[in-house]
Amino acid sequence: MTGSDVTREGPEGERPGREAAPEILRGGPDGGKPGRGAGQRGRRRGKGRRGGRGEQLMAPPAEFQSYYGRPVIKAPAWRARDIAGYFFLGGLAGAGSVLAAGAHATGRTTTATAMKISSLAAVSLSTAALVNDLGRPDRFANMLRVLKPTSPMSVGSWLLAAYGPAAGAAAACAVTGWLPRAGAAATGAAALLGPAVATYTAVLAADTAVPAWHGAHRELPYLFAASATAAASGMALVVGPVRETAPARCAAVLAAVADSAVHQAAEERLGMVAETYRTGRAGKLLRTARALTALGAAGGALFGGRARPLAAASGLALLAGSACTRFGIFAAGIASAEDPKYTVVPQRAAKEARRTTPAPSVERTQPT
Amino acid sequence: MTDHLLSGVEPDPAGDAGHLDAPPRTGFFTDTSVCIGCKACEVACKEWNAIPEDGLSLTGMSYDNTQGLGASTWRHVAFIEQSPPTAEGRTELPLADAPETGSDGQGGDLRWLMASDVCKHCTHAACLDVCPTGSLFRTEFGTVVVQEDICNGCGYCVPACPYGVIEQRPSDGRAFKCTMCYDRLGAGQEPACAKACPTESIQFGPLDELRERAALRVDQLHAAGVTDARLYGHEPTDGVGGDGAFFLLLDEPEVYGLPPDPVVTTRDLPAMWKHAGGAALSLLGGAALSFAVPALKHLARNTGRKGWR
Repeated sequence: MTGSDVTREGPEGERPGREAAPEILRGGPDGGKPGRGAGQRGRRRGKGRRGGRGEQLMAPPAEFQSYYGRPVIKAPAWRARDIAGYFFLGGLAGAGSVLAAGAHATGRTTTATAMKISSLAAVSLSTAALVNDLGRPDRFANMLRVLKPTSPMSVGSWLLAAYGPAAGAAAACAVTGWLPRAGAAATGAAALLGPAVATYTAVLAADTAVPAWHGAHRELPYLFAASATAAASGMALVVGPVRETAPARCAAVLAAVADSAVHQAAEERLGMVAETYRTGRAGKLLRTARALTALGAAGGALFGGRARPLAAASGLALLAGSACTRFGIFAAGIASAEDPKYTVVPQRAAKEARRTTPAPSVERTQPT
Repeated sequence: MTDHLLSGVEPDPAGDAGHLDAPPRTGFFTDTSVCIGCKACEVACKEWNAIPEDGLSLTGMSYDNTQGLGASTWRHVAFIEQSPPTAEGRTELPLADAPETGSDGQGGDLRWLMASDVCKHCTHAACLDVCPTGSLFRTEFGTVVVQEDICNGCGYCVPACPYGVIEQRPSDGRAFKCTMCYDRLGAGQEPACAKACPTESIQFGPLDELRERAALRVDQLHAAGVTDARLYGHEPTDGVGGDGAFFLLLDEPEVYGLPPDPVVTTRDLPAMWKHAGGAALSLLGGAALSFAVPALKHLARNTGRKGWR
């Protein structure tokens, strides 16, 4: 929110419109014009003029009412670097542990060791990001005060507390060569907990009132799983010798296909809220993410088995693609929380749909 | 865990939270039709709860320079300046003496809507459900309170709230919101805002009694021709199981900055965990497939080379 910049010519600068109920709703100049749906952007810079008052009308063209354009819900105050970074690193660590266990079991020792180290590094960095967001290290310990299944963050903290040491032990045993049996057990434990670490963050994001996240609560876990697999297979392509990367190349292709399909499904379900995934910073990031993931998967599949530099380049593209996916989804959520349109319009539609269909109360109480 | 603890009708939130012999659930009924926008509630709340100031800049949008509820604003008076449509039977309230409409049709028709907003103390409170530390709890009065010495500033409650009420204070990152003056309730007193309200726009009491009173008030207003009067947040069957603080509004909720159809996000949590489990298994399955395919290829190549006799 800006301060007041009132000049003799009236107020200036970007700020909410001065009419709580936009003119369009009162049958104003643009009222009822077809094709001016909720999908238009840049509404606060609207240049419509209000007759005789000499001030710019900043009424949104979207068909909804709001309180001076103020957001209805509060966007999370999380920093993108910390929390979107945490989503990416958690996925890389979790799915990486699965690939490490597979490589361990199939005798691809170089890849196994490298992936164990990468997972330990990623989970350490992600914990550091979390602590940085909380402000003080002792606040992370406070997270383990209770265990609440209704709080994805509580479940995640405990998951992290179990997974971190397992990933650490797996990496330590692989590097030192000590206690091979304990190392194998830790590798297995990390591989079992890893998928949960990679996907619980989707529940963490979806269990909020943020329209772009909550609206996609069914698809988001699969999207996060695909993105995590893409990141881990990319890491395996970067660190593994060419003769050991066949599974990573296969996983990369699977991840890219799944990512694309789930993304499509999520956008279809989201309806008008899906435009937060297509426009602005989120749109740019997600388009880049899809291009990089497709490029990395294709490059890995075609050339990853022959030339090490090409395999590494494909791996880097996959890693960057996964990171862009997480930052893009994060940005879409923030954009959807900051514009009241994405809260009000779908809720009004839901209310309307319920009014026109019978037996509403039964439908309401069922978890979907 | 049963479904009704996450969503739907919940007759006894305090009892289900473990309070034995809980007193009747208390709440706020804010009747905006008699609010005069004096902001006594905002001031009384700040004074009693010793809330720090949160900026003194003018917004330039209306007389409302507080803008919304937040970490340091637990009562907020919305101030809506409207040119109400006269068609379609919308009610005109004699709230402002507007000059007669000129021949060009400009200059007339103005009304002010004022409403004191507050934490809704939801029956199913998303902020409470998602708090990872147990800092938020359900009091014996059925209200929702943050324990500031336990809050660790993760900020998860902030996007979880479907009303955009709770917020982190930038200075220390911890989350704050209305406590319905938990300290005053414990001493048998009413909250500071209700005490300070000069027009009884903010009414405090047992929730059941308030709901009855609100229903009477709506009927009264409808009989007086104020057909736009409607209650908001009073239904125990709504998306949050009904609010502990509900409102009488004179226009659509979104005009006041309230969500038209809020739903507690944890209603969908069982489905989310199920899908996360499915996604985790898909990840494992995909990885297994990725290791199986090269192995099978290798096997096929070897058998092909050797051939079958």
